[in-house]
Amino acid sequence: MSRFTVSVHIVPRRGILDPQGQAVADALHALGFHDVAGARIGRHVVLEVAAADAAAATTSVRDMCGRLLANPVTEDFEIATVEAA
Amino acid sequence: MKVGIVTFPGSNCDYDAWHAVQLAGASPAYVWHKETSLDGIDVVILPGGFSYGDYLRAGAIARFSPIMTAVVDHARRGGPVIGICNGFQIACEAGLLPGALLRNANLQFVSDMVRLKVENADTMFTHAYAAGQMLRLPVAHGEGRFTASAETLDRLDQEGRVVFRYVDAAGAVTEAANPNGSMRGIAGIVSAEGNVLGLMPHPERAVEAVLGSTDGLGVFQSMLARVSA
Repeated sequence: MSRFTVSVHIVPRRGILDPQGQAVADALHALGFHDVAGARIGRHVVLEVAAADAAAATTSVRDMCGRLLANPVTEDFEIATVEAA
Repeated sequence: MKVGIVTFPGSNCDYDAWHAVQLAGASPAYVWHKETSLDGIDVVILPGGFSYGDYLRAGAIARFSPIMTAVVDHARRGGPVIGICNGFQIACEAGLLPGALLRNANLQFVSDMVRLKVENADTMFTHAYAAGQMLRLPVAHGEGRFTASAETLDRLDQEGRVVFRYVDAAGAVTEAANPNGSMRGIAGIVSAEGNVLGLMPHPERAVEAVLGSTDGLGVFQSMLARVSA
């Protein structure tokens, strides 16, 4: 078994009202960043996982996202990085 | 009839629920979330509060408390469950009810009296009310925006499973009358089998005139009459 550091991005699903993202986009517009077409605010989760290899660590974290870390009704997730710890 | 009120770490409406159950004439019992059995319990109340500090998402951790396996079994067998506020969030996370409760659209915690319309007075939790009856109940939450897919919302509407909606004085669903941006003004729903109720407003805090409203008592009286019958 090796140890891996796996990071996950969890964001509100596109089309679901994200008032935090909207407020941040509005503030960016007020600052003059008119090129911002939208913003979504989510969570970044970093996990230390023991697994046989990177693929096994990824599979395991994907399962964790489906069962706990993300809400399947309203959120999407993507595994951002998998690094040997 | 024994009503089990589950106390999670962070629950804060469990005492209010106890009081409401007693006023309605049933016998309440606290059930600590570490327990694994609901022996002798006829009805389960998942009370309001901030279980596990709302970490990750409201209700997301509480649904894995040891007692929740027994609560889900109880519900699957047709046993009545009422999820109030945080309890509604827990019931959704546990898959007992569809949808999710997200951060209020205006990003504010809302603590207020709201006006509700009883959309379905034919459920085991609402038959003490008249269809279309208007109620005044308090809300107190930061994450109460009911959200579900369009198909789920259509199904809830078609099956009469939306039991309470936020409305204005004329009984209309308006943006101004909606305290949290819930889709279609939904304040409370029941499961497909009708034995699980989830609602964001607090019926247990509106059971005596001194509390400003007695409109919540009907939920407990309805349920008591049906379960004792």
